[in-house]
Amino acid sequence: MSEATQSPESTEDDVGRRDFLVLATAAVGAVGAASFVWPLVDSMNPSAEVLALSKIEVDLGPIEEGQSITVVWQGKPVFIRRRTKVEISAAVKDDGADLRQKEKDADRTQKPEWLVMIGICTHLGCIPLGQKAVETKGEYGGWFCPCHGSHYDTSGRIRKGPAPLNLEVPKYKFLDDKSIRIG
Amino acid sequence: MSSAPQWKNPVIRWVDERLPVFTYIDHEYNQFPVPKNLNYFWNFGALAMIVLVTMVVTGIVLAMQYTPHVDYAFGSVERIMRDVNYGWLIRYIHMNGGSMFFIIVYIHIFRGLYYGSYKSPRELLWMLGVVILLLMMATAFLGYVLPWGQMSFWGATVITNLFSALPIIGEPIVTWLWGGFAVDNATLNRFFSLHYLMPFVLFAVVGLHVVALHVTGSNNPTGIEIKGPQDSVPFNPYFTAKDSVGLGVFLIFFAYFVFFAPNFFGEVDNYIEANPMQTPPHIVPEWYFLPFYAMLRAITFDVFFIPAKLLGVMVMGASIMILFIVPWLDTSKVRSARYRPVYKWLFWVLVIDCFVLGYVGAKPPEGVLVLMGQLGTAYYFLHFLVIMPIVGKLETPLPLPASISEAVSGGSANSSPSGMEKP
Ligand code: HEM
Ligand code: FES
Repeated sequence: MSEATQSPESTEDDVGRRDFLVLATAAVGAVGAASFVWPLVDSMNPSAEVLALSKIEVDLGPIEEGQSITVVWQGKPVFIRRRTKVEISAAVKDDGADLRQKEKDADRTQKPEWLVMIGICTHLGCIPLGQKAVETKGEYGGWFCPCHGSHYDTSGRIRKGPAPLNLEVPKYKFLDDKSIRIG
Repeated sequence: MSSAPQWKNPVIRWVDERLPVFTYIDHEYNQFPVPKNLNYFWNFGALAMIVLVTMVVTGIVLAMQYTPHVDYAFGSVERIMRDVNYGWLIRYIHMNGGSMFFIIVYIHIFRGLYYGSYKSPRELLWMLGVVILLLMMATAFLGYVLPWGQMSFWGATVITNLFSALPIIGEPIVTWLWGGFAVDNATLNRFFSLHYLMPFVLFAVVGLHVVALHVTGSNNPTGIEIKGPQDSVPFNPYFTAKDSVGLGVFLIFFAYFVFFAPNFFGEVDNYIEANPMQTPPHIVPEWYFLPFYAMLRAITFDVFFIPAKLLGVMVMGASIMILFIVPWLDTSKVRSARYRPVYKWLFWVLVIDCFVLGYVGAKPPEGVLVLMGQLGTAYYFLHFLVIMPIVGKLETPLPLPASISEAVSGGSANSSPSGMEKP
């Protein structure tokens, strides 16, 4: 074999052509292998039946002022809080404070009274405390994540601790005065 | 010395002529020359191997009774504990075996750090060891999720969320890892599949690790190479015997935990079934991750454009990745810290630093503990990035013995007569 490649007849042209053929074959092979790997990788993404559970409707009727409820959406807790006048004005007042992620309270709510957000700490995914009256609400009177000590204000904005972002506001729509659809 | 053995048994001879497994075993585990001054710290590689086998055997039996489904996983583990014959024993061996594995491997690693076993020509051997450590961590993490207790669930949530720190690709990666929008059934299923797979990958890498070891041979407490036949003894019976003594002591230690304190290393919260709507007040990882967890949490501040969260993840990753380049960070001409009067002490400071980080990792991040975690993290990197290169250059090592034989029997002041001196 090696003799054949080094024989005097093999010109430089031949070598160039052979290199090209080898490279082209390898490239086609690599594309082929990659296209086989993709289905395997993608099979690990959320499946159709998981995606199908992507909308829920919530009746806000029973929630009193100053009360919160937690509903499950896509396997995640969603905090819905009917805020008090004091909480709303505190949130609005802090619009100008030194915020890590600048967001006005008005941009985080559709109606100031109702704060709807995903109850997952933007640090590493724990569920912050503050939904129940007995739970600690942190230094800013909103929510407190016990895992690594993140404090959120009454608008769910990050104020102190390791979390980088405000609690996320999901897509939702008021169906009427007393019910919303999340998703 | 290492002549091919003449197999008397005709069946063995017939097989060996076609597939020389017997010659290989004889060569590598019977005649294999080891330095005659190895101390008991050289037992831990073999112990790690035995624990790996134990984990695989108990794990396969457990998998026959376990159900990887969010509605049944917790119950199936309780069934193993109460109803399955000897289920409690098998589970407790597997559970504590994980902790034993890390105790052993951490000692094994620090042994290497003290005696300079990572230095040329054993760099690849050491790097394969670091790969083993990473694989072990992955395996242990995946396995801890399976009983589907509160710590399982929230540990999985926090650790998978580490990937969300990556810019742009972070969120899609986390969704992909979960197979959903939170840790859920899809996650549990794939974690079970991967937890079953990983130990076999470990076996393969351990195989390479041992092959590499048999090329360079073992290092030894003096850190000087074997210079002739008088410096070594055959592995069998000398080291098989010494390993057996170590194994006996280890099994007593292991059995103590399995039978008398089976939940010593565990967290009570993991006996509460996972509740995705309720985070436990205090999440802690298993003890063997605590120093790394402390480093993750130590970063509470942004640096330039890098947010604290991403930086924390980077620092934690770097704390292990840095081990890969240790062979090139250490500039000392002498391997063993026994002959390094300054570095010897700095080695122990690093050990203490790791314990301090472990302590900080177990506590809520409040008050002085935050500062302790930050100082501990800084020192950890200082040791590898500054102390190792600089001390290696500046320090004057003690005179080395001419050979292992001289160190052991030549009455050198630095070695205890038994050659089993502690580091
Ligand atoms: C599953 C885990 C592991 C197994 C089964 C294993 C197995 C072994 C065995 C059987 C030996 C020979 C006996 C001895 O010197 O103790 C050895 C040597 C060695 N291992 Fe490991 N090992 C493991 C993990 C590691 C890790 C995580 C590292 C380092 C990061 C490491 C670094 C070394 C080094 C440097 C040697 C050569 C030591 C010397 O001769 O001085 N090993 N290993
Ligand atoms: S997960 Fe909330 S502070 Fe870390």
